[in-house]
Amino acid sequence: MVDKKAEACFTCHASDEPLKKLSIADRTRIFTTDSCRVMGTINPIYNEPSCYEAPCHAHEPDQAVLGVIDITESLSSTDQKIEIAKLKMLLFACIAILCISIVVSFFVRTWVDKPVRELVEATKNVGSGNLNFIVVNNSADELGILARSFNNMTKKLAEARLQLFQSDKMASLGRLAAGVAHEINNPLTGILTYSSFLLKRTANNSDFHDDLEVIVRETKRSREIVKGLLDFARQSVPKKNNIQITNIVDRAITVVENQLSLNHIKLIKKYDENLPDVYIDANQMQQVLINLIVNANHAISKNDGLISISAKLISLPPYGITQIKNALCPKGHNLLDHTVKIKSMPSIRLQARVNEKEGYINIDPIYGKNRNHYGLKIKTNSAVEFSCPKCNASLLDKKEKCPKCGGPVYFFEVPGKGLVQGCAVKGCEWQYWQSIENEGQKEYIEIRVEDNGCGIPQENLAKIFDPFFTTKGQKGTGLGLAVIWGIIDNHNGRITVESEIDKGTTFTVRLPIAKS
Amino acid sequence: MKTKRIIAIDDERVILDSIVKLCSAEGWHVDVAEDALSGFKMIQSNVYDLIVCDIMMPEMDGFELLEKLRQQEIRIPVIITTGFSTVENAVKSLYNGAIDFLPKPFTFDELISSLKRGLNYAKIQKQVASYFFDSNKKNAMVSYIPCPPRYLRLGYSTWAFKENDGSFKIGITDLFLRTIENIKNIEMLDFDGEIIQGNNCCQITSDNELVHSVLSPLSGRIIKRNEHVIGDFTLVEKDPYFRGWLYIIVPSNLEFESKHLVPCSSDRI
Repeated sequence: MVDKKAEACFTCHASDEPLKKLSIADRTRIFTTDSCRVMGTINPIYNEPSCYEAPCHAHEPDQAVLGVIDITESLSSTDQKIEIAKLKMLLFACIAILCISIVVSFFVRTWVDKPVRELVEATKNVGSGNLNFIVVNNSADELGILARSFNNMTKKLAEARLQLFQSDKMASLGRLAAGVAHEINNPLTGILTYSSFLLKRTANNSDFHDDLEVIVRETKRSREIVKGLLDFARQSVPKKNNIQITNIVDRAITVVENQLSLNHIKLIKKYDENLPDVYIDANQMQQVLINLIVNANHAISKNDGLISISAKLISLPPYGITQIKNALCPKGHNLLDHTVKIKSMPSIRLQARVNEKEGYINIDPIYGKNRNHYGLKIKTNSAVEFSCPKCNASLLDKKEKCPKCGGPVYFFEVPGKGLVQGCAVKGCEWQYWQSIENEGQKEYIEIRVEDNGCGIPQENLAKIFDPFFTTKGQKGTGLGLAVIWGIIDNHNGRITVESEIDKGTTFTVRLPIAKS
Repeated sequence: MKTKRIIAIDDERVILDSIVKLCSAEGWHVDVAEDALSGFKMIQSNVYDLIVCDIMMPEMDGFELLEKLRQQEIRIPVIITTGFSTVENAVKSLYNGAIDFLPKPFTFDELISSLKRGLNYAKIQKQVASYFFDSNKKNAMVSYIPCPPRYLRLGYSTWAFKENDGSFKIGITDLFLRTIENIKNIEMLDFDGEIIQGNNCCQITSDNELVHSVLSPLSGRIIKRNEHVIGDFTLVEKDPYFRGWLYIIVPSNLEFESKHLVPCSSDRI
């Protein structure tokens, strides 16, 4: 007889009536012996017909369960396998994590890290004052948006800075003008009243009369200069007349003659005969010439100083001469950029796109000169897609091909003067402005003021027409050439400078001749 | 004829000296004051035909003097002169009751022509006053024709009248013309030019070779010029308010500038 209380029997015989069936989980048990884990499984032996019908028929047919087989097995080898499997799993998990993190870090690097680093670079650049820096990122994600709004912010900042600079400049100029006007006009009143009074009284004495006339005329000119200074702060319009330029040059020379002879400077005049009139404001132009001669005088320190002034008639094709002073996209947005100046003239700002890279290109405002300013790197001979920086409208003319290289053609409109076209391929210098070309060669009076003085260093040449740029320290305001530039520009003329250190400087003024 | 008495007020000695010198050549007597306060005291205790006054002076400036004269109802004509000769100052002076604005530095002729107009103005002013006090109306001739109502004027010199299309007709007042003795020539600006309020818009030469600047009442672009006046400038004298107009302009800054114009219906001098 088996002991029903024995461990193997207990599960079935816990209740009074033994169970006939048990689930496998209940029939199995694991226990630990001294050395290893052991699994025991009990399996009931059911009564089957072969058991009670056999000749030996030791069992009764109504008996359901005849007994149990209890098998115990050591799990040590299984446990060992489990241990190994665990280790393997751990190892694979580590490798998988490593692989995933490498892949993730690669994507993070390209999609997040690089743009963020570019942004950091940009903030550093902007922080150090380079407001022309542009972050190149055209992606549609949040970082792309951030980059674009960063660019927008820098642009706004640059505009604000320029505006601030401009208004600050104007404010200080206004104060200066007011101060000068008040301080200079009182003594000038003394000179002008007495001299004009004397002029009246000496009407019969031609000796005094002529000299006094010079005093009165020049005092009146000073009055105009002071008034001009006040007007300059408010951007005045020149009072133009048809005049012989040589008269103005002579008048300018008379005023500075004494100064030159004190400095032992020889002055040579070379005028062509029968020059046509120019349509100019005589006072303003005299101011320009006096200023140029005085500058030349200041540049000369040696004994054999020489200033030569020449005036001649020249005829020039519009190519390389005409300044584009206004530019519009097809939707009417202004393309002129006063922040980026090329040879001190406001340039034409176009949005450029090459191989998914975007940036700005500032086109030289001198028709045909092509001293463009590139805001992004472009390989020579690659075509640029131009568009309006404000509305993104394409500025490429689909119907046209560059006659020189066959590349695409960009265009913009100059109000009242038709379209300007140009080749969109970097390196090709083709440009065409029909209405200007149709006018043909134009005649100009060219006045050259040449000296053999100390010259202007190359790095200063670009800046000399900027307001408040001076090398004369406290002695100069830095306004002289800026005012001159403004005057010449108001007359639709051009002023250029060439200089060589210790050889001398030449200022060339070109004024369009008067239409008869 | 009684000697004309003028008082010049300026903080610059050289200006005062030159005015004294120039006026003595014309036979006028000039008293001087180096600040507006002592000048004002002299005006109160003496009889003057005309005041010439600077704007920028320590303590009391030219505008304050104009204000004080108005409060005390002293009706001596004032010519304002300044070294800071901006349009703003010119217009402000005229609006505040000055009869003329003379920017420094001025020539002998410019000073004399301005002073002569000022003295003539004083004379007309007296005639008008005597007309009102003269019960017999013996001198029953009104010295000048005031500008019609609905016209606007800058000081007493020029007028502006709004046309139906928004443009403005501008011209010279009769009073100003009366202060100029016999017009010899009128020089007008080019058609299509720009004029600026308080700046010269035409020049009148009188018989005595003096040049008189006419200050524009408004800024704007000239769209039409009265060619009849160029043909016959006496038209301006004969009919200054209608057929003798000078220009038709499109005003450029009407809203701001009309603040400095006085309606002709006002009795302000």
